[in-house]
Amino acid sequence: MKSLVPILTVLAAIIALWAVAVIPMNAHITADLAQRQGMVISPEAPRDRQAYSGTSIAFKNPGIIPMTFVQKRPLLPSPHQVVGELWKTVFGTRITSKKSLVYHGWVTLSATLLGFVIGTAGGILLAVGIVYSRTMDKSVMPWAITSQTIPILALAPMIIVMLGSIGIQGLLPKSVISAYLSFFPVVVGMVKGLRSPDSMQLDLLRTYSASSNQGFWKLRLPASVPYLFASLKIGISASLVGAIVGELPTGARAGFGARMLVGDQYGQPLVTWAALFAAAMTAAALVAILSLIERQTLQRMGMGAA
Amino acid sequence: MAYALAISVWIAGWWLNARLSHSAASDTRAYSLLIPAIFGMTIIIMWEILVQMLDISAVILPAPSAIAARFADSLHLLWADFVQTILKGAMTGYLIGALAAFAVAILADRSSFLTKGILPVGAFMAALPIVGTAPIFVKWLGSDWQSKAAVVGVMVFFPILVNTVAGLKDNSAMQRDLMRTYGAGYWPMLFKLRLPAAMPFIFNGLKISTTLALIGAIVAEFFGSPTVGMGFRISTSVGQLALDLVWAEIIVAAIAGSTFYGAMAWLEKRVTFWHPSQRQ
Repeated sequence: MKSLVPILTVLAAIIALWAVAVIPMNAHITADLAQRQGMVISPEAPRDRQAYSGTSIAFKNPGIIPMTFVQKRPLLPSPHQVVGELWKTVFGTRITSKKSLVYHGWVTLSATLLGFVIGTAGGILLAVGIVYSRTMDKSVMPWAITSQTIPILALAPMIIVMLGSIGIQGLLPKSVISAYLSFFPVVVGMVKGLRSPDSMQLDLLRTYSASSNQGFWKLRLPASVPYLFASLKIGISASLVGAIVGELPTGARAGFGARMLVGDQYGQPLVTWAALFAAAMTAAALVAILSLIERQTLQRMGMGAA
Repeated sequence: MAYALAISVWIAGWWLNARLSHSAASDTRAYSLLIPAIFGMTIIIMWEILVQMLDISAVILPAPSAIAARFADSLHLLWADFVQTILKGAMTGYLIGALAAFAVAILADRSSFLTKGILPVGAFMAALPIVGTAPIFVKWLGSDWQSKAAVVGVMVFFPILVNTVAGLKDNSAMQRDLMRTYGAGYWPMLFKLRLPAAMPFIFNGLKISTTLALIGAIVAEFFGSPTVGMGFRISTSVGQLALDLVWAEIIVAAIAGSTFYGAMAWLEKRVTFWHPSQRQ
């Protein structure tokens, strides 16, 4: 908790920078608009203004500075506009409405969670296989590691179309993308975790004449839990990115990705920004929930270090 | 029939790998490359057999041979896309993001108050779906590679920042005291002790960021691009159901990704040869 003040200071500095940047970013469009409404702007011709930077336009016309913060179609929305749009679309709109971010969030989140569960389960199974089969270890593990260095997210559009052309649509294609993005981190983390008991611990179990089955359930699996959680936290944010990107190429009508695209194509920057922040908050919430479960679990298992 | 053939290929490949991986020489370098290569070949042969014999349409899954043929046909196209997306977009952004992260880390490092704030905030930002800022940057900087470089820059900034800040703290009071007895001021201390000591952390951040850079550059092109680029080619070819070209682009992305990562790992080995994890 003692780092709360520094964190808040850094956050405040970021927001302050953002707020200051709003003025030069929006100066040109604000000047154009203000002139049309009858304000005197210098330099007078819009074409001459292009030669000046946003900062100097704002200095020459201090009158437009307050207006840069409330533009309808700003290049950079001000912090309070984004908060306002978020509030309006999260709390001020009926959940069933197509404008509600809760509705769009649920579309993305359900695909993310389904994919995450599938990917994690598959990853754990493969990791167990790798730890117990030398052949699997030697043949599959190098590919699992290499896959971490490859932008597999680029497969996303093709998976949507591939599954679409054999008649699978909606939630599942996005979940498949989420699943394979969370799959590999879990495999790599779990293999490391299941191998983490040292020879002393394995020997101890052998002196108890524990079977290999007991060794798995009583030593290897519990020892892998901290590694599993570290992978899960990477996996869940990768899953969310996967689901969002999965919504982009096919022009999905619902979800965070669709919302960003709509805001982009119809010139509603506030919609894009609100969707972006909502996605960020969802990611943060998912990671926070996992951290909470992690802390509780590790504490109960007697591994609660921090 | 097709299934029987595919399964027998699988069994043959698996049997071969089981023999190899249980042989005495299985830990040698050649074997540890050969075994995954056989596994990969087994999958590709099964893929080819199933696609050919079951007559799977090329708009669902093209055969590996078709992909290879398309790859060889469109080398010029693929090279142009590679230059646009990887060399211009990803590399420029990676460089800008990394330099900015180093600069901020070194500045912030002078105050322990700022460091305490930046570490958690940066770690938090690194977990966010930053690639979603792509439409915003495309609007600001136009659809050419500059906007892709900006997205990549922001994406790689946070992992590198967090790792550099953490790395700059990774030296003991004893080491600092020794430097002080030599009369070292801030700069000699930074260049001779703290930056070298931070290198394992910095390279960790740099390696994580290689994949992020490629993802950012490719995905940002889905939001708008000139008529060249890997992301552009993937999204338009998917629209035209030219999936063999999409697979060819993915092969390029895979090669670029592992080469980029490999280059960073090689550099790490050169720079942090003293670190326990690099010793032979």
